[in-house]
Amino acid sequence: MLFLNFLIAFIVGGLICVIGQLIMDVGKMTPGHTLSILVVAGAILDGLGFYEPLIDFAGAGATIPITSFGNSLTHGALAEAEKHGWVGVLTGMFEVTSSGISAAIVFGFIAALIFKPKGKAN
Amino acid sequence: MDPQEYQQLEQQITPPTPYVKNVLKAFLVGGIICTIGQAITYFFIIFFDFTDKTAGNATVATMVFISMLLTGFGLYRKLGQFAGAGSAVPVTGFGNAVISAAIEYRTEGLVLGVGSNMFKLAGSVILFGVGSAFFIALIKLILVSVGVLEW
Repeated sequence: MLFLNFLIAFIVGGLICVIGQLIMDVGKMTPGHTLSILVVAGAILDGLGFYEPLIDFAGAGATIPITSFGNSLTHGALAEAEKHGWVGVLTGMFEVTSSGISAAIVFGFIAALIFKPKGKAN
Repeated sequence: MDPQEYQQLEQQITPPTPYVKNVLKAFLVGGIICTIGQAITYFFIIFFDFTDKTAGNATVATMVFISMLLTGFGLYRKLGQFAGAGSAVPVTGFGNAVISAAIEYRTEGLVLGVGSNMFKLAGSVILFGVGSAFFIALIKLILVSVGVLEW
């Protein structure tokens, strides 16, 4: 059972990356455009109620790709909107998703202090 | 040579994109990164009393930490050259975008360099994530208010 969960995470996560690769290669998009498209796609999927079932099914296969970022932003906004109405749309947005951004900021700052740049883009 | 001829020539000379190979590499590396994420998720659930729902956040933070080490030692760039979207799409790619910008602009100072440029690459992801989340939540709120949908 445990092995099966790892396999599902591998396949679903891999497939989301394949979609990203196809957007880059076939759609001739830059990585920045590709990631933006995937984030918006994740947000829309959560709005339609499809992303939570995907997380239940695939675990990290659905939470690790950047689509989950759009999902958790929408999820927080929707949860607060349900409780507090209009104001909640703004206040709830970062409730669920804060860990990715705060980790990136904190570790980015630490990295800037301890690592030396190695030419263009590490 | 007119522009049309030039375009034809350019198309002939540019090597064709190896679609299948790129897709396989992205699938493999992306899948492995998510499998590692799954292992970290189980680690948090078993040893730190996280639930299925809350372990996701801790996993993302841990993955970004790993991404910091790989980025700092210049390994994530090499992985990116091999894997394409396979290393860009997982949250480690988001971390790499922020962290590599932070390291790269260190020479311009902590405020004007690191502070101003940290989100140079990853800013669009945050903008479009927040933007789309806002409009989707707004649309759903309106649809619920007029009685078309329920929460």
